[in-house]
Amino acid sequence: MYSSLRFLAAAWLAGGLVLAGVTPAPVAAMKATTADHSKFKELQRNFATGPDVTRACLSCHTEAAKQVQHTKHWTWEFLNPDNDQRLGKKNVLNNFCISIPQNYRFCTTCHVGYGWTDKHFDFTVQDRVDCLVCHDTTGTYKKVPGTGGMAFGKDMELPPGSGRIVKGIDLRMIAQKVGKTSRDTCGACHFYGGGGDGVKHGDLDSSLAVPDAELDVHMDALGLDFTCGTCHKTSSHEVPGSRYTPTAKDRGGAHIRGKNTEGNPATCVSCHDNDPHKSGRHASRLNHHAKKVACQTCHIPEFARGGVPTKMSWDWSTAGQLDADGKQFVKRDEKGKIIYESRKGDFINATNVRPEYRWFNGEITYTLIEDRIDPNRQPIGINRINGSPHDGKSLIWPMKIMRGKQPYDAENMNLVTPHTAGDDDYGYWKNLNWARAIESGMKDSGLPFSGKVDFVSTEMYWPITHMVAPKEKALACAECHARDGRLAGLDGIYVLAQHNNKWVDTIGWTLVFLTLLGVLGHGFLRIISRKQS
Amino acid sequence: MAEKIYIFKRFERFWHWSQAALIIFLMLTAFDIHGTYTIFGFEDAVVYHRAAAWTLVGLWIFAIFWHLTTGEWRQYIPTTTNVIAMVKYYAVGIFKNAPHPHRQTQLQKHNPLQRLAYIFILLVVGPLLWTTGWLLLFWDSLADWGLGGLQLEWVAVGHTIGAFLMLIFLIAHVYLITTGVTVGSHLKAMITGWEEVH
Repeated sequence: MYSSLRFLAAAWLAGGLVLAGVTPAPVAAMKATTADHSKFKELQRNFATGPDVTRACLSCHTEAAKQVQHTKHWTWEFLNPDNDQRLGKKNVLNNFCISIPQNYRFCTTCHVGYGWTDKHFDFTVQDRVDCLVCHDTTGTYKKVPGTGGMAFGKDMELPPGSGRIVKGIDLRMIAQKVGKTSRDTCGACHFYGGGGDGVKHGDLDSSLAVPDAELDVHMDALGLDFTCGTCHKTSSHEVPGSRYTPTAKDRGGAHIRGKNTEGNPATCVSCHDNDPHKSGRHASRLNHHAKKVACQTCHIPEFARGGVPTKMSWDWSTAGQLDADGKQFVKRDEKGKIIYESRKGDFINATNVRPEYRWFNGEITYTLIEDRIDPNRQPIGINRINGSPHDGKSLIWPMKIMRGKQPYDAENMNLVTPHTAGDDDYGYWKNLNWARAIESGMKDSGLPFSGKVDFVSTEMYWPITHMVAPKEKALACAECHARDGRLAGLDGIYVLAQHNNKWVDTIGWTLVFLTLLGVLGHGFLRIISRKQS
Repeated sequence: MAEKIYIFKRFERFWHWSQAALIIFLMLTAFDIHGTYTIFGFEDAVVYHRAAAWTLVGLWIFAIFWHLTTGEWRQYIPTTTNVIAMVKYYAVGIFKNAPHPHRQTQLQKHNPLQRLAYIFILLVVGPLLWTTGWLLLFWDSLADWGLGGLQLEWVAVGHTIGAFLMLIFLIAHVYLITTGVTVGSHLKAMITGWEEVH
């Protein structure tokens, strides 16, 4: 009686509230920041260019540009403390578009700065820092290719005199709505590495902008909804998690406030601990596996799972063919993906790719442009990963191994930095002339070029760590524990059902067979002899 | 009319058949884990194999207790007497309807060849399977016990060898059941306890 009265009272009250137009405060508003940028005087004006916005930002965020200028995102340079190699986008080569020198104005569309159009860019000027590329929340921010990553608030003819109009963007609105980084802002560059959606990484593409749980259990837009920054926990604009010095084996356990806060916060272990399997019938066995096998190996059964293909191979050596009319042409597969381009060569694209597996201890050595290569030992490792079952630092990791062929200097025996993009007399994409393109690029790199061009096979390792599947979709035991299991060919491990001793099996089954034959023969003879007697 | 003696007591028969079922199930799951075929699949086969192994451990605790308290363990003391005669019987006599050289009694349930076979299982195959099996069961903790240096390959290979030996034993054992006074008399004895003798 009492409870039903209370129910009626509650219903009446609720109805009354709705009638009165009182609705609960939206949760989003509760989470909102304490600063509404649209109320800032500094932002209540029109902006002609990106740097104009940056100056407004810096008038309050006085240290922001200095912080950014200390990061790889700005310098595109990284000195590997383990081997003193000078790395970073500015210096390394890859086997996609190969290299940045002489292509700056296009490559730097993804630089967190404005106006890096050649090697003389001044890295100390604060208003060259691009705040919006990471802090835009509107999805309307655009950096213009070919301008060194500039952003314009009004329509521009680019290049001047070309008649091509680049639409301006509403920098005022964008500036007033700035916020935290998101999958979209990070993804604006990192999903498109290698020159297109999903091209480079395999585990990062536009499908991760709004993923479901199946694709990434952490970033699941309707579930945990992690942003990149949830794991790549950034402080002072320094984003942790490095491709040059990755953490292959994290023994530090879960990070807890007040302790264990050192170390890379982007590892699985930094949240899930070193004994991540807490329940289930194989928990302790799986935790034991984790001493040799990276979490990613089982929990990312395939990469490029979001429907966006990734490039698996790029053969530059076939570039340069022309059609019957002497023009550049493009070939596509049945899904419309490019498989040949005159200016780029042959591609192999793939979705739902099963990774290759390697022992990996986090040490990576690059083949840099000044390194001599030995074409007798192909493929040349654009980067070579280190690892062994015995060094105590390695785990078995899933890898995307990008393979391809790219030009090298056949006399000086080094890889080269061809000038590809650009509307000039040297860029390969326009002129299809390797010697000129390489001469131009190498000049920018400050290195000699003999004029002799040939092609070498190369490979490049991309440890796979994103696109973590829900646990039900993790690798089943039999994916590895089978005759042709996934870890076939890896040394230093004995995998039940895969590494069965051939001698024991052969002798064993032979003896079993002979015993069976023996008893059957014996029985047969008994039957015959009984009939005779 | 055939003479009958009471050979296998109730616990003994229970032990024998539950052990038989467990061992056959262990073998079924073993070669599933080994990758010879797929019935349950690796993951489930491991779980079942482990459960059956622990059940067998439990059964053995009772069996050992029973053998010790009843003195039945003496049945497995090997003897060389009549071994040659037994071999001759299986090789020749059995085809000529010759009399069985071993006279089964309650004190001597097993013929000399049986004793040798069983003691081989008890002292060689069993311990091989048990030790390697225990090591595999506790593989995750071996490092804590100071046994981290053990190579999984050797333990696994040892366990596989044991499995093959057990399978060979099983085949011979099942066949030899048919060599009693009648084809079914041994089997009947293991079910009812009563063995038909001459």
